[in-house]
Parts: sequence; C-alpha cells; structure tokens
Amino acid sequence: MRLLTHNMLASNVRGATTGYPLKLEAAKWVTKEVELNADFIRGLLPKIDWRALVAATRALGLPELLPEEQPPEEEIFAEGAAGVEGSAIRRIHHALLEIHVQEGSLVCPDTSRCFPIDKGIPNMMLHEDEV
Amino acid sequence: MWYLCVFYHRLLDYRRPEVESLAELFAGSGSGESVEWRMPENHHADSPFHLVRLPGDERLAAQVANRSLLVKGIYELWGHGTTYEELEKSVKEYPDERKLPFLTPDSTFKIVVDSFGKVISSQKQNEIMKSLTYIPFKGRVNLKKSDHKFFVMETDDYGSNNGLPPVARRTIFFGREVGAADRHLLPMYQLKSRKYIGPTAMDAEMAFLMANQGLTRPGKLVYDPFVGTDIDIRVVRDGRGPDCNVWSNFEQMFDAIICDPPYGVRAGGRKSGGRKLIKGVKEPYTVPDEKRDNHIPSTAPYSLAECVHDLLHLAARMLVMGGRLVFFFPVLRGEDGAASPQYPEHPCFKLISSCEQILSFRYSRVLLTMVKVAPYTEEIERVAEERHLEFRENHQKWMEEGNLHSAVFLPAQDGKPDRESKPKYRGKYV
Repeated sequence: MRLLTHNMLASNVRGATTGYPLKLEAAKWVTKEVELNADFIRGLLPKIDWRALVAATRALGLPELLPEEQPPEEEIFAEGAAGVEGSAIRRIHHALLEIHVQEGSLVCPDTSRCFPIDKGIPNMMLHEDEV
Repeated sequence: MWYLCVFYHRLLDYRRPEVESLAELFAGSGSGESVEWRMPENHHADSPFHLVRLPGDERLAAQVANRSLLVKGIYELWGHGTTYEELEKSVKEYPDERKLPFLTPDSTFKIVVDSFGKVISSQKQNEIMKSLTYIPFKGRVNLKKSDHKFFVMETDDYGSNNGLPPVARRTIFFGREVGAADRHLLPMYQLKSRKYIGPTAMDAEMAFLMANQGLTRPGKLVYDPFVGTDIDIRVVRDGRGPDCNVWSNFEQMFDAIICDPPYGVRAGGRKSGGRKLIKGVKEPYTVPDEKRDNHIPSTAPYSLAECVHDLLHLAARMLVMGGRLVFFFPVLRGEDGAASPQYPEHPCFKLISSCEQILSFRYSRVLLTMVKVAPYTEEIERVAEERHLEFRENHQKWMEEGNLHSAVFLPAQDGKPDRESKPKYRGKYV
C-alpha cells in the first residue's frame, strides 16, 4: 500500500463520522524506485490531503521527509527541480509513490476499528455487524 | 477543412466516436461536437472510407490519427473517381496552390497503392503508379523516410456475398497523408503477451479505446471502481443515507471513471452483506471476537440494475464537471431489446456515444460514454432515484440476478443455433 492509497482511504464502519484520516501503524515497509513524472504530481497534488500525508510519513518514522505546511506550487514545480536531489517535488514523489507499507494496520480515528494491511493490501471489508 | 479518413475495418460503431473524443482531447472543450462527417458517394455507412471535417488544422488531424486505434490514416483528398480517367480529371481540377508545395524538387516522397476488399498485384500497383504522370512530382523518391506520402486507394463493387459492406460503385481515391496510425503500444499490451490472463481480462485494443473515450492524458486522475474484485465497490450504501460511504471526503476527485461492471455473464457482481441481511429478514451476524481477524464477511448477489445505479451515483459525485464516465452495458440481441435499447440515465449525465460490439448471436455489449453536465446535489439524487426505480420496473427483467446469464447460455429451441438466418454481410461482427 502506497501512501497515495492511504491518502484516499476512509473508514466506513458504523459509528464513524468522517473516518478520515486513518492512523497508520506500519510494522514493515519498503521503498521501490519509480520514475518521477512532474505532470502526474501536478494533477495529483490538489487532490492530496497534505496533513494526512505528513502524518503518514511521521508514522513511518520519517519526520524530516515532508514539512508541516505544503510548499508553494512555484517551489514544487520550479524549473529543473525534478532533477535536484532532496527537492520538494522529489520528496513528495517519494512519499506518495515509492513507499510501500507491507505489513501493519490502519486505525479508524473515530471508532479505533483496526484494518489490517497484509502483504501490501489493506483489508477495508467490514463485517456484517459493522455495516 | 475536410479530410478523407480511412478506418481499419473493425469495431465499426466505435470509429466515429473515437475521432470525436480525440478532437475534444486535442482541440479543447466542444471540439468533439463540432466534428462533421459525410460519406463518399455510393458508400455504405460501414465502409472504411469517411470524409471528416475537423475543428483545426493538419496538426490536429495528425494528433488524432496518431493516437487513434481505429483510424488507419487521414488524408488531404486530391481527387477521386470511379475510373482512373475520372481520377485524373479530378486531381487535375484540384487547385495547384494546394498541390505544388508538396511536389517541390528539394522534397522526398513515396507513393503507396492500397486497396480495400481486394488485392492488387505488385505489377498492377506499378502500372498504377506510372499512370500518375499527370501529377508533376519533382522531388526524389525515398521509400524509407519521405517528407510526403501519397496514397492511391481503391475499392470495388464487390458483388454481394463476400461479407464486406455493400458498395454500389468502384471508387479510387488519391490523397496526401496528413496523419497515420501508430499502434505500436498494442503488441506490448495484448493479451497473448501476458503471463496470466484472468477470466475478465479486457482486450488491450478495447482498453485503449475506452481510455480514448475517457479523454485520458498524462496527469489526469482516472478511477476503475471494479478493478481486481468482484465484491462491491463500497460496502452496502442502502439504508445508511448517501453521505456515509468510503469516499465521502472525495467529491469531484476524478477526471474520468472507466470500467467494465460485472454484468453476470463472465463474472457476476456480489456485494457485502448476506442475502437475508440486505432484505432485512435477519439481524446482522455478530462475529465472535476470537474469529474477527480472518473473518470473511458474507456477500449477496449484486444485480446489474443495482450495480449500474450505484456506479452512476458514485460517478455523479466523484467526477469533476465535464468529466467522463465510460462503461460497458450488456444488451440482448434479436428481441425487443436490440431495436431500441434502453440505457440507464442520470440527471447529472449526458450520453454522448453508444457503441455496440456484438459478442455472440445472443448478446452484445455497448460502450456508453457519458459526460457530467450538472453538479451533484441532493435534489438531483432524488430525481435519479426515481428514474432508477422506473427504469428497473419498466425494462429489462433480464438485468436482475442471473437472468442475463441464462439468456446468453440457454440452449437453442431445436437443439442447434439458427445459423441460416445469419446474413452474409457481417456488419458489426467485424
């Protein structure tokens, strides 16, 4: 499960009000390199909940990866930024697309219902009595 | 400007909508609607030769042809006729200022002789090329990499029984290529090159066509709610009100939704919650604590009507304005359904194209392309709910659980299918 996926998932369990963002508890995660596509990030970014993304990176023990506040677009998409090691766009790209949580769980912020992540796949299925 | 648009002879229904979608994609909003079409004289609508007027210059024509799956090439038509004499007259009448810039001495060119529905021997091809002396070619020939490519294309009046579209009269076209197909992605993704093919894998060509209908391009966000699963896209919505589902935070999230819903022939849909639970006959089963970890919740069949209704509801909320919903919808052939099929509707959506692909003697699938034209509101959802109930009452009992499957697989009355009635002309079968 990428952090991009985490950013778009919400808990739908009975009793949840927003069910978002899910608290990430990662037991095991890996990184896999993906080619950076600035147009893709540009289209994606307005749809990303920045706070949830930052919270997820912190949960993985990466407090330095992303700043508390989203950097301005001029900075992220500055000419040539994609080629610079450690630039904002590369960090965002890394956080969203290159980190894969393999084992762990997602916890509903309202009800504490725990959704397990098994072999990289979060199981969001609700039981009969939770719908 | 009018061009000659030559299609591959396949998926006939899909051809014009694809060109219109690509015009919209490359030339901007409203361009798809302003594409105009004509048929050459004496040509059946299923002919691969169409005349098209695109809302833009040659670059647009090149972009459209290049990205298209079904366009073989787009040409500036210099002349046409029913005989080579008529062709000569017609090309000579075409204005010099349109022709001479492409015939200059410093350019390279090649001529291709092509035909539809027949084969022209290479000797005859040579004769045809040599007969074009009335065109003042000044450039040098380069067969591998030429600046300009010219095409002579010939069709015949094939008679009636060879399965090709009936053409009343032989036609010869001469044109300059302005854009050609680039289908290089296709072999890379086609099913036979995959290690594993699932029962519901989508044919690569069709998948690309669906992507074109959805106006996808780099940086766009596209969603397939049925990907990799036969379980409901969301857990049961009914009874919980429209604001309680997995996606409630994500209004207007996607630029396109492209999918192939489970309509119960290859794979049937199922949704969370047992049969009895959904009917309200039974209280939900409480999972004992020690079994919670690996519990697999029960599911119930998900009828096509229900599934498509939920899809429209989801798309109405999650698409941006002007975003497209592209999905397949099954139609039974031969009976009342085929003549005037009833497609599902939603007040947020306008249907812009419906393309039939015949799958068997019994049924077809129709690729529906809808555009979101109105924002989602609670009022609109009430109207949608009413229309949905009406739709389900009045039409298509076969959309309910299992009925489509039995209609498709029911043995023929006398034990063998009625092959006699199949016409020789195959039309949309190609």
